[in-house]
Amino acid sequence: MWIEVGIAVIKTLTVLLLVLSLAGILGWVERKGSALIQDRIGANRASIFGFAGAGLVNTMAADPLKFLTKEDIIPKGADRLLHTLAPCVNMFPVIVAFAVIPFGDVLVIGERVINLQVAPLNIGILYVLAMMSLGVYGVVLGGWASNNRWSLLGGIRGSAQMISYELGMGLAVVAVVMTFGSLDLQAMARAQGHLIGGWIPGWGVLYQPLAFLIFLCAGIAESKRVPFDLPEGESELISGYFTEYSGLKYLMFFMTDFIEIGVVAGLVTTFFFGGWQVPYLMSDGFHFPWGAQLLLPQIVVALLQIGSFLIKVLFFCWVQVLIRWSLPRLRYDQLMRFGWKALLPISLANALLTAIVVLAFQG
Amino acid sequence: MHPALFGTMAALLVASALSVILQRSPIRSALSLVVTLFLLAVVFLFLDAQLLAALQVIVYAGAVMVLFLFVIMLLNLQEDRPAMAKVAVRGAAAFIASLFVLAAVRFIVGGAPSTGTTAMSTAVSADFGSTEAVATLLFTRFLLAFEVTGVLLLVAIVGAVVLAKRRLV
Amino acid sequence: MSPVSVEPYLILSAILFAIGAVGVVLRRNIIVMFMSIELMLNAVNLTFVALARHLQAAEGQVAVFFVMTVAAAEAAVGLAIIIAAFRNRETVNADELNWLRW
Repeated sequence: MWIEVGIAVIKTLTVLLLVLSLAGILGWVERKGSALIQDRIGANRASIFGFAGAGLVNTMAADPLKFLTKEDIIPKGADRLLHTLAPCVNMFPVIVAFAVIPFGDVLVIGERVINLQVAPLNIGILYVLAMMSLGVYGVVLGGWASNNRWSLLGGIRGSAQMISYELGMGLAVVAVVMTFGSLDLQAMARAQGHLIGGWIPGWGVLYQPLAFLIFLCAGIAESKRVPFDLPEGESELISGYFTEYSGLKYLMFFMTDFIEIGVVAGLVTTFFFGGWQVPYLMSDGFHFPWGAQLLLPQIVVALLQIGSFLIKVLFFCWVQVLIRWSLPRLRYDQLMRFGWKALLPISLANALLTAIVVLAFQG
Repeated sequence: MHPALFGTMAALLVASALSVILQRSPIRSALSLVVTLFLLAVVFLFLDAQLLAALQVIVYAGAVMVLFLFVIMLLNLQEDRPAMAKVAVRGAAAFIASLFVLAAVRFIVGGAPSTGTTAMSTAVSADFGSTEAVATLLFTRFLLAFEVTGVLLLVAIVGAVVLAKRRLV
Repeated sequence: MSPVSVEPYLILSAILFAIGAVGVVLRRNIIVMFMSIELMLNAVNLTFVALARHLQAAEGQVAVFFVMTVAAAEAAVGLAIIIAAFRNRETVNADELNWLRW
């Protein structure tokens, strides 16, 4: 019994470390990437004896130290408890959402088969949607607890935007669930291991291209990133719903943004790009369609799968960073119109179409 | 569910429920209710109702309570002295509530018509309370109620929009 | 896990229901009254789920599904009414909202 607990703890710690490092590195990628796109140098002042470590010093030492040592200001007239609670409530659901994203198939150690997923829930997708729904509270509380009219405005806008795009996201997920026939993300990742016509890996994007686009749009809108970042409105509302936060609380709001990029990237990978699947890699090695084989020990297979997962997640994080620095911001009414009058009907139609196709193929 | 765990959950639930009705600030009441709903979802998980636990968080704690918070923020309700009713009403309310609880406990623990053993059987089929089981029932035996609920939600949406609309006068 | 019998769940549900009922009677702020009503509905949901597990009947969970849906619809319409009433009277105190026509 204790071995199982130990394994669960190790898996949890691994994913937690992965998520938090990802958030830190993404902050650095954001700053340097935006600098490259905008033809400037970016942050280059942090270095120890001239050694900048390609951004590691900035990310791991300078930025966190800066945030941790800032004064913690609670505005006068604000509810102290809620002001302190808002960043925690904001951060909790996005970290916990990683618990159901599988980062590998199985790891066989001796006779023990370890499923590389922190929480093998049979309602996996619903759990992720539930955590996304809870993410609204951080925004609402952050706006309200600041005792600031513009923060409140940012908070209301942000939460209205989040609950609007949850619908489009949920319906896109419904189509994906119908395609794979299961709510469990590990089952979905495994179901994308077959080959279409013997040659093409059967990844989700080939079955549900429209759902992929809808989910990506809705995911970026959920995390309130440009082009959907009016609640944060950097040039209008200063920082929107987290204007009145400083120091560690601001860092938590900030990191939530990046962790959510990771969550969206992880979900897109699992639903549409095979999760941890490497093309032509079965559980005992490579089986190429032209007949060649490359048998590998199980541990190498597991490592290849984990590596493939990480590469895909990083790719989609990078795509989101690129989108941020390429597109202008949507005005609020354009944003709501897009969510309700464009994404929702399209994802409804997609779900209907998927249902018809699935029934036709089954019957 | 282990008795100690159940005791902890029960204590937390009662505490947060009391916090809902006793807090001065409406926002804190709403947040206490969110905590109560979340704890109930956890209890549902222990009672093998996984789909309902997820739905409780998505629908109740994640949507209905957000609506409550929106309204409180929109109307900009500040803290008010808990506008309690007069002492007599307070006393009567507490008295009736305790009567109800006592009666319920007496009925439950005492001479209830026998429904077989009162201990919950540990063995329950693996997919009890799973999405497939509940969905099968919903789409076969309760199909009419399901469709009518859809129409009900549509009516509620239209009604809410019409009621809350600002008169363009 | 040693099973807890079904009575503690039912008693807990009764207590939550009573707390909700007391909240409706005592508090005069309409929104808090509304929240107490939601608390009562959730107490009933707990009863349904506990008995569904005890009697091994998934119909109890289907009932909870419908209760949740109706509660959501009711919350939407009720809050819209509260907003409309607030616009006219500038108050959410139930004692002051007692005139049907000004």
